[in-house]
Amino acid sequence: MKPLVLTLREEPDQRLDLAPLVPHLLKGKSVKEIAEIELQTTREKVTAGDLFKIRAGSTESIRFEGGSLHLDNVGQGLKSGEIILEGDCGKSPGRGMSGGSLLVAGDCGPYAGSAMSGGRLEIGGDAGDFLGAPLEGELEGITGGLLIVRGNAGARAGDRLRRGTILIEGSAGDYPGSRMIAGTLIVLKECGLLPGYLMRRGTIVLANPPELAPTFADCGVHQLAFAGLFAGFLRDESRAAARLFGRPLARFAGDMAALGKGEIFFPA
Amino acid sequence: MRPIKKNGVRIDDSFAEAFPMRGTAILITAPSRRWARQAATTMTGFATSVIGCGAEAGIDCERPASTTPDGRPGVRVLMFAMSSDTLQTQLVNRLGQCVLTSPGSACFADLDSPDRLPIGDQIRYFGDGWQVSKKFGDRHFWRVPVMDGEFLCEATTGLTKKAVGGGNLLIMGTTPETTLRAAELAVEAMNGVEGVVLPFPGGIVRSGSKVGSKYKAMTASTNDAYCPTLRGAVATNLDDDIGCVLEIVIDGLTEEAVAEAMRAGLAAIVKLGPEDGAVRVGAGNYGGKLGPFHFHLKDLLP
Repeated sequence: MKPLVLTLREEPDQRLDLAPLVPHLLKGKSVKEIAEIELQTTREKVTAGDLFKIRAGSTESIRFEGGSLHLDNVGQGLKSGEIILEGDCGKSPGRGMSGGSLLVAGDCGPYAGSAMSGGRLEIGGDAGDFLGAPLEGELEGITGGLLIVRGNAGARAGDRLRRGTILIEGSAGDYPGSRMIAGTLIVLKECGLLPGYLMRRGTIVLANPPELAPTFADCGVHQLAFAGLFAGFLRDESRAAARLFGRPLARFAGDMAALGKGEIFFPA
Repeated sequence: MRPIKKNGVRIDDSFAEAFPMRGTAILITAPSRRWARQAATTMTGFATSVIGCGAEAGIDCERPASTTPDGRPGVRVLMFAMSSDTLQTQLVNRLGQCVLTSPGSACFADLDSPDRLPIGDQIRYFGDGWQVSKKFGDRHFWRVPVMDGEFLCEATTGLTKKAVGGGNLLIMGTTPETTLRAAELAVEAMNGVEGVVLPFPGGIVRSGSKVGSKYKAMTASTNDAYCPTLRGAVATNLDDDIGCVLEIVIDGLTEEAVAEAMRAGLAAIVKLGPEDGAVRVGAGNYGGKLGPFHFHLKDLLP
């Protein structure tokens, strides 16, 4: 099936809200109707037609050609189908998505995958701060699904993670996995200060030995069946992650300053 | 009943009468093939007949490490019972006592079905608050800390209401030696069929039963019509040349799997021939009124 293709005409001069351009909101709409959707965030009106050259196709598969750090909320609330953005985007791509697949080929701003509950989000480049984190006043970050960042992530990646898996193939900024409630966070390069700060439960797996807070307790080196299981799950997504899970891993329990039922693994 | 003859082996114009059962499958893995088999063997011990054991269970097949979820050698176990409740109780009791306890073991669901039986969802309480829940995609696991590390167990496994229990072959030979040889070969052939188990010792039962007894307390008693020592004393089903009868009972996840196993067993017995093996093959039934599944031997011949 041919995808619906939206080709960016030129770099927009204001921040734009792309949340309306998701399969379940576009279903049954003609190209003309789609072109009339308003995306502006200022008083200056900008429609999808102004911004993109639109080529008709199935709304279950949407392809953005060209990107900009001004394009916010791409794939917000995605329920099913597929969105591919060939370029960069702004804040909150895939925020609150519950299914389907979103691929951002370039870099993105903060709050990527914020509070997502299902589906698959992949950022080909770097992600900003607060990857998967809840917005102010919300209690939970990601509650399900798979989030992959091929590049680096900013500070507070996986804040308030509740369920699901975050894989960062590059480095993570300070406080990765802060206030984690549960779930799994994997970082394949360096990580910043205090990983797992105030985490309650959940699993952080780091490829490089971190400097841990003294509120993490050494539980020794282990090779657990669960690591083999996750290696199998991740093999198709990231061979490096699968290899990491295959090695003997040191386990540190914490954060003892919070509930203390979480764990940080890294190669012994 | 005029027997059909195949390679000199008489095949009764009869059928095996089987019953609907509830069935489930799990995959047990361990650091080595030996310990995966050990956990599976222990779990499926004393599980020959629902009459006295609550469940019928056995090892279906081995799985190489490259195909299991955690990359370790695995063994697939099937378990059957007459009701979902009994199956649930038996499954969790046996898991808790025989698999959780076995060194290095882990346990995974191995049957796709919308109906689910909790396994890890119950075993997790052994963790006394230290158990860890892990989800990936739509699969859910529990990690329970134990003295050799962790017991990893999937939260639920599939339940099928279309399982079939009680497929059977009655293998009749001149002597115990030749009859056992035929039965052993049949078991070997049937073990190659996926989705079935032969719950009796080594797949073979020598004390087939009939319904009822002269004693009030007994619901089943020896199948005197097939006892060679009573051949002259009772209304026997045995011919003069038969000195031994062994039965193979088959439980399967589907009707097709049971038929396939009976077909494989019959083929092996026929191929061996009457000189060193069985002279006659029959099947056990209750006249066809009790069980909905009828496996006619003549339809399953090679």
